[in-house]
Amino acid sequence: MIGKTCHFTGKSGTTTVVGVTAQLALDDAGLRRLLHGLPPVDQVGADARAARLGTRSIKTTAKAEALDLAVRMVDLTTLEGADTPGKVRALCAKGAHPEPDQPECPSVAAICVYGDMVATAKAALAGTGIKVASVATAFPSGRAPLAVKLADTAAAVEAGADEIDMVIDRGAFLSGRYGAVAEEIAAVKQACRTGGHDAHLKVILETGELATYDNVKRASWLAMLSGADFIKTSTGKVSPAATLPVTLLMLESVRDFRAQTGRQVGVKPAGGIRTAKDAIKYLVTVNETAGPDWLSPDWFRFGASSLLNDLLLQRRKLATGVYSGPDYVTVD
Amino acid sequence: MSETKKAETKKADAKKTPKAGKAAKAAKAAPQAAVVTSPAPSPAPAPAPATPRSSVRKTYKLYIGGAFPRSESGRSYVVTAPSGEFIANAAQASRKDARDAVRAARSAQAGWAKATAYNRGQILYRIAEMLEERRDQFAQQIASVEGVNVAAGYAQVDAAVDRWVWYAGWSDKLTQVLGSANPVAGPYWNVSSPEPTGVVALLAPARPTLLGLTSVVAPAIVGGNAVVVVAPDAAAVPAVTLGEVMATSDLPGGVVNILTGAPAELAPWLASHLDVNALDLAGIQAGSTLARDLEVSAAENLKRVVRPAAGYDWSADPGLARVKPFLETKTVWHPVGI
Repeated sequence: MIGKTCHFTGKSGTTTVVGVTAQLALDDAGLRRLLHGLPPVDQVGADARAARLGTRSIKTTAKAEALDLAVRMVDLTTLEGADTPGKVRALCAKGAHPEPDQPECPSVAAICVYGDMVATAKAALAGTGIKVASVATAFPSGRAPLAVKLADTAAAVEAGADEIDMVIDRGAFLSGRYGAVAEEIAAVKQACRTGGHDAHLKVILETGELATYDNVKRASWLAMLSGADFIKTSTGKVSPAATLPVTLLMLESVRDFRAQTGRQVGVKPAGGIRTAKDAIKYLVTVNETAGPDWLSPDWFRFGASSLLNDLLLQRRKLATGVYSGPDYVTVD
Repeated sequence: MSETKKAETKKADAKKTPKAGKAAKAAKAAPQAAVVTSPAPSPAPAPAPATPRSSVRKTYKLYIGGAFPRSESGRSYVVTAPSGEFIANAAQASRKDARDAVRAARSAQAGWAKATAYNRGQILYRIAEMLEERRDQFAQQIASVEGVNVAAGYAQVDAAVDRWVWYAGWSDKLTQVLGSANPVAGPYWNVSSPEPTGVVALLAPARPTLLGLTSVVAPAIVGGNAVVVVAPDAAAVPAVTLGEVMATSDLPGGVVNILTGAPAELAPWLASHLDVNALDLAGIQAGSTLARDLEVSAAENLKRVVRPAAGYDWSADPGLARVKPFLETKTVWHPVGI
């Protein structure tokens, strides 16, 4: 039971953690003491627990509910160099009415695009209540001067983005310059408040590049301490992208973080989740790890593009009793 | 049976163990008593009782997407000869296996249709070559599954090999025979050519096992379709072996997917599947309620249906009767003289 033993027991103690959130005055050495004081992750145990949670069988009415919840949690994403305003508008239309002939089918949570497409998406989604998320800070590599990253973020916020998906500086994190990572996240969080806006900040850890589960846990805590509203697994441009054990670990981190500080942080696995079956495995893991408080689009999202089509095919299979096919959903 | 015997031997061994010391002593004492004068050479060890070699039995699994998975349901059934004798255990496919097979067929179909007709012909011919090489194995299987003599088994294998070769030859001739250049009253060059319809679900006949399966699969794939074929009951054994032939014949994985089990269980899911484009009811009894129900479900997305024909002679020259239903005609109007 990894989950039960992961309470934060760093030397600094609870009060220090709250203090860090407030002022972030720790230097590299202080952050190192704090993050390396986190209990280590049992990798074998985490993999085993994730595998076990993935075997739950969700059927009939529970499945119908899970599918609808998963649709509501999708951040429908297009992050290609070849994106055009027309493609973004088509994606927005699909996100708003995934099943045009079934008004009871819910909309997705957000449309996730590059910064220059925010205005297009915002206009296409006017009045639907669907959020516009924009990647920023030199996505996906994050290799740009801080001033450029902040300008990138501010531009997306000015254009109307409700959510900003930033990438951390993995190079700095892996070389132990935790202070630089923390300051950058805090600065981007500040940029999210440009012009009186208050965009939600999702921090992409790019777990595929962090090498170990211990690093994933440290990066999660570092992001949360620095002001992240969401922690997100991956950009989707690096393999492996989201995996169930990594998401399990991040869910444990947000649960422990709330227990320690009282602040709730969301989780977004992104990349590689293509089937409804996978999505349901993630929902089971959310419920069993972080708890039902996170079973809402406000606290858990799927970053995906092809997942939505499979969710719709499964909804139809449940409704009509016959298998549907790719001829009956959009090509994207 | 050999396993039970083995277990019994083990039991007997276990019983002996406590007395083993005594027995050894007795064994030592006996030769000494007999040959008193030569104490030096130790008694020749008694030849070890020949342990019967336990045979390695084959599991007949499904053939989906170029791999041989077990049924997702974990079920299997016993294949018996008409005399009731045990032949093998075969995987009993479920509706989810059918769904997976359709998905595999769909993803393989475009690539198979895009291969040149010449290349498809070569691959079909390769299947014939590999089948010919396994003549003995198939003849034995047909003989035991159908309860006929081995000579009849050989005759059927030969007919099946010939049929693969026959359809292989058709691959680059279909367009000439089924296509046309149409005279039209206008400044157009107008041509029609046959195109594959997509994914075809086939319900293979129960008898003849190998020839029946060949006669439904070959005409469907020669034109560029991918197929999901249900081999009923005892036909599973030659069908899965034919899958092994296909897996080693350069046929891209997923072009032919073989499900074994009960057609009455699988057919309704394939007939109602919206990603299946055509249905061959060869193995369903003509005039039965099942045949009727399948046609009704198939109408949902306008599948092309080949009806079961009572008393169909599988050894007769098939012509193009099973090729044409799975081809669409594409007609192009090309402006000329402007």
